[in-house]
Amino acid sequence: MMDCCHIREVVQGFFSLLVGMRVTMGNMFVKPHTVQWPRETAPLPPGFRGHIMMLPDEITRYPKCIACTACARNCPSQCITVTGRKPAGAKKKLADCFVLDFTKCSLCGICVESCPVGALDFSRDYALAAYSKDDFNRMNLLEDLVSPF
Amino acid sequence: MNVSFVAIICYLLGISAVVGLNAVILVWLERKVAGHMQFRYGPMEVGPHGLLQTLADGIKLVSKQLVIPDKADKPLFLLAPVVSLVPIFAAMMPLPLSESVQAWELNIGLLFIIALGLLNTLGILLAGWGSNNKYALLGGSRAVAQILAYKIPLLISVMTIIMMSGSYSLRDIVLAQNHGWYVLYQPLLFIVYITAITLETNRSPFDFSEAESELVAGFHTEYSGMGFSLFFLAEYSYMFIAAALASILFLGGWQGPWLPGPVWSLIKIYGIIFLLMWFRWTFPRLRIDQMLSLGWKILLPITLVNFLVTAGVLAL
Amino acid sequence: MKEQAPTYTLEQIDEENFALNLGPQHPGTHGVLRVILHMDGEYILYADPILGYGHRMQEKVAENMTYLQVLPYVCRMDYLGALSYNLAWVCAVEKLCEFEVPDRASVVRVIATELNRISSHLLWWGAYLLDLGAFTPFLQAFTDRELILDLLEYITGSRLTYCYFRFGGLPSDVDDVFLTGVRDFIEGFRGRLKNYHDLVTGNVIFYHRSADVGVILPFDAAGYGLSGPVLRGSGFAYDVRRHEPYSGYDRFDFEIPVEETGDCMARYNVRMAEIEQSMNIIEQALNTIPDGPIRSKVPKIIKPPEGEVTMAVETPRGELVIYIVSDGTKKPYRVKYRVPSFSNLSIFAKLARGQLLADALAVLGSFDLVIPEVDR
Repeated sequence: MMDCCHIREVVQGFFSLLVGMRVTMGNMFVKPHTVQWPRETAPLPPGFRGHIMMLPDEITRYPKCIACTACARNCPSQCITVTGRKPAGAKKKLADCFVLDFTKCSLCGICVESCPVGALDFSRDYALAAYSKDDFNRMNLLEDLVSPF
Repeated sequence: MNVSFVAIICYLLGISAVVGLNAVILVWLERKVAGHMQFRYGPMEVGPHGLLQTLADGIKLVSKQLVIPDKADKPLFLLAPVVSLVPIFAAMMPLPLSESVQAWELNIGLLFIIALGLLNTLGILLAGWGSNNKYALLGGSRAVAQILAYKIPLLISVMTIIMMSGSYSLRDIVLAQNHGWYVLYQPLLFIVYITAITLETNRSPFDFSEAESELVAGFHTEYSGMGFSLFFLAEYSYMFIAAALASILFLGGWQGPWLPGPVWSLIKIYGIIFLLMWFRWTFPRLRIDQMLSLGWKILLPITLVNFLVTAGVLAL
Repeated sequence: MKEQAPTYTLEQIDEENFALNLGPQHPGTHGVLRVILHMDGEYILYADPILGYGHRMQEKVAENMTYLQVLPYVCRMDYLGALSYNLAWVCAVEKLCEFEVPDRASVVRVIATELNRISSHLLWWGAYLLDLGAFTPFLQAFTDRELILDLLEYITGSRLTYCYFRFGGLPSDVDDVFLTGVRDFIEGFRGRLKNYHDLVTGNVIFYHRSADVGVILPFDAAGYGLSGPVLRGSGFAYDVRRHEPYSGYDRFDFEIPVEETGDCMARYNVRMAEIEQSMNIIEQALNTIPDGPIRSKVPKIIKPPEGEVTMAVETPRGELVIYIVSDGTKKPYRVKYRVPSFSNLSIFAKLARGQLLADALAVLGSFDLVIPEVDR
């Protein structure tokens, strides 16, 4: 039956519930931490890793890629396809095709690190959406750049 | 009883409006309370501060296809939400929102509501059995297992109030509190009563028959669309009735200064409902055997001792 | 208070009882774990965990990739403590090839890994309470976890499956913005941790749901090969960071929280104390972080000498052991992961026997399982 100890336990338990209720009530007066996307956006951190993109050469505006295929070889998911040839009159090879299968990419960044000429970087596109898978599984990274060919 | 046919229709319409509107407001309120207690906003998109969100959800639920599981007991499966919801229309009849706003002044109003409140459990049991789903069955059987553990303390605490007011009529109970609300005389009983109605309305920390993390969705695991929304409607309407009873029994019903009676009633009712929501978003769930020992070992002795002491004091 | 639960044997199961299929889609199993429960009403007679829904052949995949290519894959096993896995793989290969790691790099590794440990424990805290039926703790933990994720995203660029460490050091240095950010977080979080204890630890319902539930005796804890907070909750003060220090953990002064009772409450207390110890370690690391290079000279193509290496790391869930056999080529000959969740799960069948369904889910929650790690 109810002895003294039992009653004290019940009363203590009851007050522990009140302590918890104080915390949740306190929460109600804190400004919510959520960001009401898309009306507000959270800042993108400097190290953000979007899909990779090709950087242009500062002088010639051609893609920096020399088609050494280090990125393609190091990629754990085999999602990069690079081919290159020499443009007319040039000494070095340049990429004529750089296709990323973004559906396979795990954004690890090994390609960016392995590039000997620093031709790759992460883009800052974060809200990617498309109607078809084809928009992502054959992303042509040279599309927006000046072609040397 | 000289209630005309037109009056009955009017009452029914009025009560349907109360049931519907109440659910719309409560679902919105619940989501808002939950949101703000968890550093979120809750619904914000449909209407100002998401006020119309529940309506949008309701339309979606009603327009969904009725899915009846293949091996379910079809009549019971379809009947369960209805059994859960229909008693509410009757139970709301004797509830007075003020001295004049009351559908039906019944001299055993309190008994009437408590009796009808039991039918909710029947609805849950039917749903649990009829779905032919093990999780649903466990949910339904849990609802039945807990019923005695909270109904007896609940009834004894109600008996104490009846003893103090000398009437089963809800209106008379309110009028008997002219000189002081019963919560001032019986604070302990009020706590017991609130615990019991949390149990009765299947709300966390006592949501055994739903128990999301254990039983997926408990008794309404197999329900979707219309059936689910009827259960939802019933749950929030039972909350309204339980809170209204609490305000009538302990907080002096419509009594209060300056504001008109119905406004005071609604303030008290929604205050108690807020309290129930506050519980839900704060506490972990008890285990079913712990709930039973809470009912039998803590609530029942408290109410019994309280009953005897009150009887002694009243006799003096 | 608690009555002795009845114990059953498999022979006692007959048609009177029923089998309940818990998972692979169930809110209580936190992933694609499936447990077949033989039930007598609410009591579990016999539990049979079924694994492998998320099996990705991690070990076989590793045999077909170069050492660098495996790096992003190991982090996918334990998505909550990815940096520990990252660290384990990097340290294992460094040990195999005998690469040097600059001091600054190993201190930054410790800071990042301990931050990751706090974030993992916070998520566990929320998810465990969700198993017990409380909703608010989950998002309470998420608000603070989000701050850690922001910090880690700042340096690693990703929010969950980090891949930040490289053989011989780090790919990029941390700046003062990150270091002061970590300092501010630790300071603020110390204060907010009181709310956590007020909301949950002292709560009477929580106490009765956790104390004396799922008791693991020390004998079983050792016999089943448990590790991490589950082992320490049963009275063993074993922590790889202390007993086989790696990445300079021997430089830091921290306690190993131990509880004797072996129930869910003990595991809870151990993890809560570990959050504080992690904060201590991070503070010491912030105070002693040296200047200098972050990456030593490492060949571009990793070709370790023939041989084998075993590397143990304390992840948030327990002891992870990576065993690599090298045949002198660019790819590992054999890789074996000994993952903590898998061993911790192995005692569940024994613990669940005779428990109530609600208690069994509490026990499952208190193990802090990550199912992809179990299945790998």
